[in-house]
Amino acid sequence: MIAFLDVVIGGVFHAAVLFLVAAGLQLVFGVQKIVNLACGSFYALGAYFGVSAVTWALGAGLPPALFLPVLLAAGLAIGLIGPFIEALLLTVYHRDEAFQLLLTFALVLMFEDVLRYFWGADPQQLGNLVMTYGTLSAGPLKVPTYNVLVIAASIAIAAGLGAFLRRTRFGRILRATAENREMSLALGVNVRWIYASVFTLGTVLGTVGGALVVPTAAASLDMPVSLVVEAFAVVVIGGLGSMRGALLGALIVGLMRAAAISWYSELEMLSIYLVVIVVLVLRPAGLFGKPVE
Amino acid sequence: MRAGLVVAAVAVLLALPHVLGPYYMTLVLPAIAYGIALLGYNLLFGYGGLLSFGHALFVAIGAYCAAVLSTRLGIRSFEAMLLAAGAAAVAVSIPVGLLSVRYVKIFFGILTLAFGMLFHSFLFKFYNITGGDTGIHVSRPSLFGRDFADLGQIAFLVGPFYYYCVGLLVALGFAMWRIVHSPFGLHLVATRENRRKSEYLGVRVRLFRLIAFAISALYCSVGGVILAVNTGQADPELAYWTHSGDLVFMTVLGGFASFFGPIIGAFTFVLLKAQLTGMTDYWRFWLGVILLAIVILFPRGIAGLGRDLWARVRKA
Repeated sequence: MIAFLDVVIGGVFHAAVLFLVAAGLQLVFGVQKIVNLACGSFYALGAYFGVSAVTWALGAGLPPALFLPVLLAAGLAIGLIGPFIEALLLTVYHRDEAFQLLLTFALVLMFEDVLRYFWGADPQQLGNLVMTYGTLSAGPLKVPTYNVLVIAASIAIAAGLGAFLRRTRFGRILRATAENREMSLALGVNVRWIYASVFTLGTVLGTVGGALVVPTAAASLDMPVSLVVEAFAVVVIGGLGSMRGALLGALIVGLMRAAAISWYSELEMLSIYLVVIVVLVLRPAGLFGKPVE
Repeated sequence: MRAGLVVAAVAVLLALPHVLGPYYMTLVLPAIAYGIALLGYNLLFGYGGLLSFGHALFVAIGAYCAAVLSTRLGIRSFEAMLLAAGAAAVAVSIPVGLLSVRYVKIFFGILTLAFGMLFHSFLFKFYNITGGDTGIHVSRPSLFGRDFADLGQIAFLVGPFYYYCVGLLVALGFAMWRIVHSPFGLHLVATRENRRKSEYLGVRVRLFRLIAFAISALYCSVGGVILAVNTGQADPELAYWTHSGDLVFMTVLGGFASFFGPIIGAFTFVLLKAQLTGMTDYWRFWLGVILLAIVILFPRGIAGLGRDLWARVRKA
């Protein structure tokens, strides 16, 4: 029973981080119809930058207990490279999606060396900093408080994002643009601005996700390419462009991975790809997606 | 004009071992391997309009077939390796293709990526069968029953094996030329341009796409066998999705709208990568910059650029 709960909590933690990246992917796909292979690179960038920011802050005399706000701020700050990347994508909006996909693939290649240049080839980590927050225990079950905080932060971001997309004027315009770009243009919506902000928001979600995960796992150079496939699995299972789908997909992938790792590690990623294929075969548009063609 | 260029290119390929040192020859071999793989890949991508991000799967199948045959079963015949690889690739491509060709565009891309990664994690995790992350050794094959025991490894690769591979490239290139100019090839282009219209005209879109998928898998597996013999190793990285990305990179670099573009792309990519890795630790960055430039500035690739230049020369 305890082993089972451990797996569930581990899975939910992984899902919380995956959700952030996948939500960024969904947002960008929903509005701009671009699948961003570089989302994993943003995630890794957030992780590396988070390590540096926290190390610097601790060196400057910050009490270790404040490292979580520093991480969040670091994730938000480095996410502001979004508009610059979007300026590159601008050149291929009207082109075939093969070119859009390839452009983001070029970004994946470039980012890997950018990370190598600034942080070197060795994994970067924050040591045992997670333990400054202690552990929560319920009977025999022990969970690091930090993991619970990250899960809570992710839920808060999910709720905030939902409210933002549904209730605010900007969110409504954004959804309208996703639905029908030409009509938005005709009604005087500044689509350029919408695209730039959506892409930046997507980037920030990725970098914050990376920054939040780094105290529990080292930042390494293979992070981007391995995360991309997991994030893809999440959005395909949930349905491309759907936020609820990202949430459910992240839970499925997170829990399955945690279960596979602890019970039958050969199946780790294999099980996830199998779910992706089964979902695509039975429900081509994903669990919450809109059918296409 | 075109026939002349092809004859000249083949003549250059045949003369290369006499001109280049062994180092460059070991680069030309993978370029030929990728050239063959991309001839097939471009049937699907360039002519069929389906962007697969998982064709490294079939390259890996080819490589592992060669490895299993030579190391596990002790079969040394290169022809047997090619046959086994082709058969395995086509056998895998039919179920994978049946599921994938129901989709187009990004869904097709993601589904093929998922199949590729499925195979990668199988190779990676099932150590007992596949050798895990180190993969399986590939020993030197025999060609037409001759094993060239008097030649060293390098002499074998740049000698008889090289000519054999050039022969394969020419033969498979000719076959592909016939395929894309056959009614089948023209139908395939029609389904790319307008799926609905071609359906009205009685084209069986999914069947044709499935056939193109199987042919592309066959070509990729042949490329994989050559790659594995050249490096003497089959490892899981061959199936990783970034390797599929490299295949797309090469195709677009050379120009997917042209028949010979992918072959040009394969040679350019392999030589470029070798140069860059020799010059700097940050070769991925520069490859990315080049891909960015191609995508933004020259979407028709080197072949398109050449065609434009030629048109300008003729006008002047």
